[in-house]
Amino acid sequence: MVKVLKSGFYSTIQDFGRNGFQHYGVPYSGAMDRYAASLVNGLLGNIKTAAVIEMTMTGATLLFNCDTFICISGANFNPRLNDLPILNYKVIKVCKNDVLSFGKLELGFRCYLGVSGGFETETIMGSKSMYRGITSKYVIKKHDELSIFKSSVVRGELHAKLRINKSYLETFIIEVFKGPEFDLLTNTQQEKLLTNSFTISMKNNRMAYQIEEFLENNLEAIITSAVLPGTVQLTPSGKLIVLMRDCQTTGGYPRVLQLKESSINILAQKYTNNKINFKLLSMSL
Amino acid sequence: MNFLLTYKPFGERTILVEWPPEIKPHILQDILCFKEKIANKKIKYIIDIRTAYNSLLVIYKKIDIDFEYEVNKLKEVYKSNDYSLKIESRLWKIPVCYDAIFGVDLDVISETNNISKEDIIKRHSKAIYTVYFIGFLPGFLYLGGLDETLFTPRKGTPRLKIEKGAVAIGGNQTGIYPDESPGGWNIIGNSPINFFDTSKDQPCFAKAGDKLQFYSITLNEHENIKALLEVNEFQLESEGIDG
Repeated sequence: MVKVLKSGFYSTIQDFGRNGFQHYGVPYSGAMDRYAASLVNGLLGNIKTAAVIEMTMTGATLLFNCDTFICISGANFNPRLNDLPILNYKVIKVCKNDVLSFGKLELGFRCYLGVSGGFETETIMGSKSMYRGITSKYVIKKHDELSIFKSSVVRGELHAKLRINKSYLETFIIEVFKGPEFDLLTNTQQEKLLTNSFTISMKNNRMAYQIEEFLENNLEAIITSAVLPGTVQLTPSGKLIVLMRDCQTTGGYPRVLQLKESSINILAQKYTNNKINFKLLSMSL
Repeated sequence: MNFLLTYKPFGERTILVEWPPEIKPHILQDILCFKEKIANKKIKYIIDIRTAYNSLLVIYKKIDIDFEYEVNKLKEVYKSNDYSLKIESRLWKIPVCYDAIFGVDLDVISETNNISKEDIIKRHSKAIYTVYFIGFLPGFLYLGGLDETLFTPRKGTPRLKIEKGAVAIGGNQTGIYPDESPGGWNIIGNSPINFFDTSKDQPCFAKAGDKLQFYSITLNEHENIKALLEVNEFQLESEGIDG
């Protein structure tokens, strides 16, 4: 069991989310940066989709009430174990009464903590991902106690050979495909969308990232239709909205771009005032 | 089976199928029929099929599907006749308390549309609504069939908090808020029924293609139904209809 001494800015339990419940209006949810979440699990020898803690902007302070192994990935928050610096991407043994804390954000925006066996919190519709109205808790709070699955395996760095890619944390290129309404845009709009640099607005969270710059627009709303994490919507006022993992299942704004799935992970590590560029990939059909 | 459909890739592993941009019951029937046929065919790698007013989304498990190949396969399925196909739909009777305690915007609608409050309630509960799909919030039903005399524009400034169960009108649509939420629709009543229940295997009782009809209840009855629901003793009335 892990006791929460400080929660950090916004920390939640996440796995790979809820699949197959979208016809009830249930969002997908799941780790914003799936690559980072699956990496800690891979390094720990867990199944890829085991539940981890996702911390946003600042880290939590956690007291361990049992011996286990941990691994941290994604953003670099300068993690410390009993006040001694530790490294991301390393499997580290922790003992009962050890305290894990984090310092200054150095790179990225979302940091993932995995434990041997994964966290054992309430499962709703096949997932432990926290979401208001679906799980009884939607955010990790001070004094919370988080259970860990019993894992019988004793291990050191069994998976040290796993290839680790950190370069995605520094890229600002967001790879995209044409969205269903892309062809309704004028040539000028298309060109601006694919060549201009865009700024992440302060309105960015697990549901969506809004873009600061406006794209002049005459397109009307569409008849409400499905949207996906990674869908870029263009509102009638010209605002660009990139939907993220907790987005609604349907929307009425034209869907001008669709992020490549790996680019959702890249964007999940960006925050207010970061710049991005959309790069169009081609697709058959 | 007589619509000209368009097929578009939507990201790496999803195909979007679109019908003409209209909100019509016969289009919905065609979409649901296609969905059922795809599901029956058990096509490899398809993990989910979602529908909306005039579109259908087919989601595949792997991210490197051959779109042309898959689209051709879907076109075949659309053309095919599946005589075993049977879409079962139900008509659900939904209790709503239109008391002024809940119906805080009845006055606004009455003034805007020059219609008495009694008439609003009568017309709102007379219509039979079609469930087109569920979206926006978990358990929020997109309903078609609102009486034209009740169309009322959304509020200029949305309310920060709308109560769970609020029955409301926004533009040409009516709906029930399945949970507390911000919202800009005009509130005319409240239903004690749970439209989204995570403790059930099937968290929503209604599905696309079903019908809904409201009936007026008193404040007392509203409280009683709520109490019965808490101990799992309230049975929602419904009947089967031909799909």
